[in-house]
Amino acid sequence: METSALPQQLAEIVDDFQALSEPDRLQLLLEFSRGLPPLPERLTDHPELLEQVVECQSPLFLTLDIADDAEKSVSLFFSAPQEAPTTRGFAGVLREGLDGLPAAQILAVPDDVPERLGLTRAITPLRMRGMAAMLGRIKRKIRESGAA
Amino acid sequence: MSVATDSNEKFAQYAHPERLVSTQWLADNLGTPGLVIVESDEDVLLYETGHIEGAVKVDWHTDLNDDVTRDYVDGEGFARLMSAKGISRDSTIVIYGDKSNWWAAYALWVFSLFGHEDVRLLDGGRDKWIAEGRSLTTDVPRPETTQYPVVERDDAPIRAYLTDVLGHFGNPLIDVRSADEYTGARTHMPAYPEEGALRGGHIPSAVSVPWARAAADDGTFRTRGELDAIYRGEAGLNEGDDVVAYCRIGERSSHTWFVLQHLLGFENVRNYDGSWTEWGNVVRVPIVKGSEPGVAPVPARQR
Repeated sequence: METSALPQQLAEIVDDFQALSEPDRLQLLLEFSRGLPPLPERLTDHPELLEQVVECQSPLFLTLDIADDAEKSVSLFFSAPQEAPTTRGFAGVLREGLDGLPAAQILAVPDDVPERLGLTRAITPLRMRGMAAMLGRIKRKIRESGAA
Repeated sequence: MSVATDSNEKFAQYAHPERLVSTQWLADNLGTPGLVIVESDEDVLLYETGHIEGAVKVDWHTDLNDDVTRDYVDGEGFARLMSAKGISRDSTIVIYGDKSNWWAAYALWVFSLFGHEDVRLLDGGRDKWIAEGRSLTTDVPRPETTQYPVVERDDAPIRAYLTDVLGHFGNPLIDVRSADEYTGARTHMPAYPEEGALRGGHIPSAVSVPWARAAADDGTFRTRGELDAIYRGEAGLNEGDDVVAYCRIGERSSHTWFVLQHLLGFENVRNYDGSWTEWGNVVRVPIVKGSEPGVAPVPARQR
């Protein structure tokens, strides 16, 4: 699988998924679901600062901060209920794969990254679209901010 | 061997009380020989986060659908699935799931296409079990495979195709989608845009009864009296009616099919699983927009 175009931290996740059998890929997604950190307090107190990704089958809210540094480093924040482990898993992958990266590097991430996790058969294309929508929303918010 | 039914008073009011079990009944019957518990959720990973002890997982998308044709698995595929899940032809199956048993009802309907006789729903589903503080486990059972027979699917009694619906006009149709989907303001359910259609609205003469009206706040089915008021009262269904229910892909209408067939005792109820993702994309079929059911066209001759 061609992963050279991906940022290192995201490429490693894709490689991890690719190295596993299909049932183990689901288990890994579940681990990402469990590992999704809770929102910082300033956001739990202000849900209006989050944006809903309506393409996800379960409620998923996200927002991001862009640092005032030379690289315009991006911090990502996600919120999804415990009853939606697949959605949380997708969010967990994107957070670990993209958090802290320069804005320009996130914008350069190919849109087909969700398909590279090798989950499409087990999860179904329908469900995978939620993850693509999250990535699309992140990129749009970066573009709107004028950071890159 | 069938496992004894739940003699719960609420269930006794329904036409087929044997189709439901309570969370207490299930807790009392865990491990009973002949009983297989099946979890069927919308979220493909929810079972893995914890499930009722001994429950096996059946995924509506990857297990029950054919992966090429838009259809369900065939008799051989179903027999393979049942065997792998440790289910015999005479097993008592109790299905439960998330979202008021929406997907569990869908699985039950598909199991019924193969004539599996004793298949029941857990009233209130996964959420009620958890709300009552009952235990979950992440241990995945490894059931012994069974010799489930290859039974050909018998669609006609409970499944309607597009041509059946075109020939059904003049008989009751129930649209179980949200109000905005019914009027045509939306071509998909809120939050499910990928399952869209090129046209919005409803099948002419279909009355709107969103599926979730059959569920109480705790996800259990409403009582017999409440359900009669909704379906016989408001929706105007009469004894002996031939009814077709539909939604977007046939899952929400499976829930309504269960209510009409098993709880209210209508004997001729079919689920049109092609639903709006078929009807709303078919060239030249009649459609009505807005909140009124509209007039039924002359029925097409059935093939």
